Amino acid sequence: MTSTAITADAEPVFHLEEEHAHAEGGSTMLGFWLYLMSDCLVFAMLFAAFGVLGGNYAAGPAPKDLFDLGLVAVNTTMLLCSSITYGFAMLTMDKGRVAATQGWLVVTMLFGLGFLSIELYEFAHMIHEGATPQRSAFLSSFFTLVGTHGLHVTFGIVWMVTLMVQVARYGLIEANRRRLMCLSMFWHFLDVVWIGVFTFVYLMGMLR
Amino acid sequence: MPETLTKFIFGRLTLESLPLHEPIVVGTFIVVALGGLAVLGAITYFKLWGYLWREWFTSVDHKKIGIMYMALGLVMLLRGFSDAIMMRLQQAIAFNGSEGYLNAHHYDQIFTAHGVIMIFFVAMPFVTGLMNFVMPLQIGARDVSFPFLNNFSFWMTVGGAILVMASLFVGEFARTGWLAYPPLSGINYSPDVGVDYYIWALQVAGVGTTLSGINLICTIIKMRAPGMTMMRMPIFTWTSLCTNVLIVASFPVLTAVLTLLALDRYVGTNFFTNDFGGNPMMYVNLIWIWGHPEVYILILPLFGVFSEVTSTFSGKRLFGYTSMVYATVVITILSYLVWLHHFFTMGSGASVNSFFGITTMIISIPTGAKIFNWLFTMYRGRIRFELPMMWTVAFMLTFVVGGMTGVLLAVPPADFVLHNSLFLIAHFHNVIIGGVLFGLFAGIAYWWPKAFGFKLDPFWGKVSFWCWVVGFWFAFMPLYILGLMGVTRRMRVFDDPSLQIWFVIAAFGAVLIACGIAAFLVQIFVSIRKRAELADLTGDPWHGRTLEWSTSSPPPAYNFAFTPIIRDNDAWWAMKKAGYRRPLSGFKPIHMPRNTGTGVILAAFSVALGFGLIWYIWWLAALSFVCLIATAIGHTFNYHRDFDIPAAEVAQTEEARTTLLAAQG
Repeated sequence: MTSTAITADAEPVFHLEEEHAHAEGGSTMLGFWLYLMSDCLVFAMLFAAFGVLGGNYAAGPAPKDLFDLGLVAVNTTMLLCSSITYGFAMLTMDKGRVAATQGWLVVTMLFGLGFLSIELYEFAHMIHEGATPQRSAFLSSFFTLVGTHGLHVTFGIVWMVTLMVQVARYGLIEANRRRLMCLSMFWHFLDVVWIGVFTFVYLMGMLR
Repeated sequence: MPETLTKFIFGRLTLESLPLHEPIVVGTFIVVALGGLAVLGAITYFKLWGYLWREWFTSVDHKKIGIMYMALGLVMLLRGFSDAIMMRLQQAIAFNGSEGYLNAHHYDQIFTAHGVIMIFFVAMPFVTGLMNFVMPLQIGARDVSFPFLNNFSFWMTVGGAILVMASLFVGEFARTGWLAYPPLSGINYSPDVGVDYYIWALQVAGVGTTLSGINLICTIIKMRAPGMTMMRMPIFTWTSLCTNVLIVASFPVLTAVLTLLALDRYVGTNFFTNDFGGNPMMYVNLIWIWGHPEVYILILPLFGVFSEVTSTFSGKRLFGYTSMVYATVVITILSYLVWLHHFFTMGSGASVNSFFGITTMIISIPTGAKIFNWLFTMYRGRIRFELPMMWTVAFMLTFVVGGMTGVLLAVPPADFVLHNSLFLIAHFHNVIIGGVLFGLFAGIAYWWPKAFGFKLDPFWGKVSFWCWVVGFWFAFMPLYILGLMGVTRRMRVFDDPSLQIWFVIAAFGAVLIACGIAAFLVQIFVSIRKRAELADLTGDPWHGRTLEWSTSSPPPAYNFAFTPIIRDNDAWWAMKKAGYRRPLSGFKPIHMPRNTGTGVILAAFSVALGFGLIWYIWWLAALSFVCLIATAIGHTFNYHRDFDIPAAEVAQTEEARTTLLAAQG
């Protein structure tokens, strides 16, 4: 149907006559998934490093001396909530409601900023107590793993602001929907990583 | 005050950082500077800057990017080989109390730079370039999935190469060996800039490699022409797919482990230190989790090249296509389960060593299957011993020896004796030169006519071939023997005069290889001079079997005027058999990506960022980081990245080819 013979009907068809131009951005979702998996590997390495070094306190402070599970619970809730609100943003995006989408993105961003503030407070508190990244291999791997996650959240927020400007300027056009979808995947990915951090670093750290 | 100001502006970069006390480096710098000035002058004189910028540097055309990757690999090969022959000369003369001509400080940098450059900036660009150029043509696509990303990846690789080259003249390079094991590479034992150059060069290039891997996987998965099922993909495309899967699944590990090393050096963390709970062996484990897949990243695409070449020049369908695909996939998976064989001597115990020894030996099974497939493809074929086929036969003979010494090294008790010896050096050069390099020369000779429209001159190609093959055997067989005698790698001077003869033989081999490289350059030069004589107008000079031979040489920007329909593994062969005729009318406008200079700019900022970090020039690092982010964000505001090639222009291009083909008869 989309192809025709070059001469007679009996001859084989060698080409598509109509151009089925590959839909713009047709590979983007796959490509972004692959990127996320590569990023996941970076986290896997940091988790592995924490797994190997997490018990090496070098006569310094241990998780029990440092972690405030209540604070971390608030923190975790913030991030999980931000994932839900991002989900709402995507739902309103599907309905084409620009203002509502932007609104939910702002809420998501605020949750993200809240998460970061608490994390920074926790870091500052630990460093103030002498539990610096240089103090022991445990603390090196703790700060690197949690800090890398925090950097990702920071990057996600910068990305979110950029996208909000673009949505405001150009509306919910196809390209912007695709970008919001990518950021959505990125944001949920960070949530999943955080669940790993919460479990393996904080909860299991308290059990050590 | 001025002193703090200087320190603020230049970090730890001072005039003393320039290696003016090393006459060899100064000499090299003068030659490179004069050569560079001559090239820049020539470009300016012939007013080529605009052309280069518009048509090449900013190009998102996968073919041009592929060719630029190859050019980068060739330039860096000259640098990497200079290091090699310097080492060979040093080891050949440093006997009987002679210190040779290289001091330890310089020699240690040379063997580090040689390894780093040959793997990251010669083999990787060559392999990536080949995949970039050939693979989209083989699957009937017009470009890769993310054309801008492709250009960006290339320039990041160039950025890494620039940092490595800069280390030669500004400061120094690492003196740690090519994998920079801590604690030697830690700040206590390597306080200078060498390891920092190493880290940031590889980080910058690594970003490019990872992104290029993602890009090429997407291209293969999403952009195949209709009818090309997975099991109808050409073997080179299959091996490219597996290679890029390996890239995406291993380069992030390198990025992570180098980041940890950087943190140890810059922030004072204790990942790999000797005290405060650090664990240097964790670095060795992590870097080999990247490092072992890396060697398969290098060899797999060349297995693809050998498959294409063998089947084309034997005039037969490839023997055992399905087994070839499965062998490739099995090698891909197994390559993750063997990393510990690089350090059996770590002392992880008999059980762990046995596991990794056995998995390593198992890899020889799919690899052996491949060798047999190539042999059976040749069996009863009408073999044409053109240059690509000669390289393939040389590969089979050479690589099998390298593979067998590899299995030998996989036996942990044997490895305890041979670990870190010249036997190991001989083994991996045997597989990398005999496999990767021979494959690259086969691939270059095979696809050159596709890229440029004329064949390479066979005479100089054969000179290069014989010099390389004979030179390789002269250069590395003595190292096997020395290794069995217990000589360790990375030695600068020797006490035992009875060893000297072997090093002299090896140096002779290196000279032969130098002739091989020279002959290759002459071959390119002569071929360009004789391009009218060597021209191929058909686009199919070898009676090829895969789609890339169905279009013109060089292919038009859009590759295929119409998207081909695939009905067979050997798509083009089947089309020819079925009485293929070029479509002469009915052309449609073709949607193509637009060129952009953003990739060049982003890579330039990355180099500046790396340079700032290496020399502790914090303002430069911060400034270039901000510029990097701003440029990247700015780029996302450009929504007009495509354009249409009008149908009339397509018709005109195709018409010109029709005329050319008709004139030829």
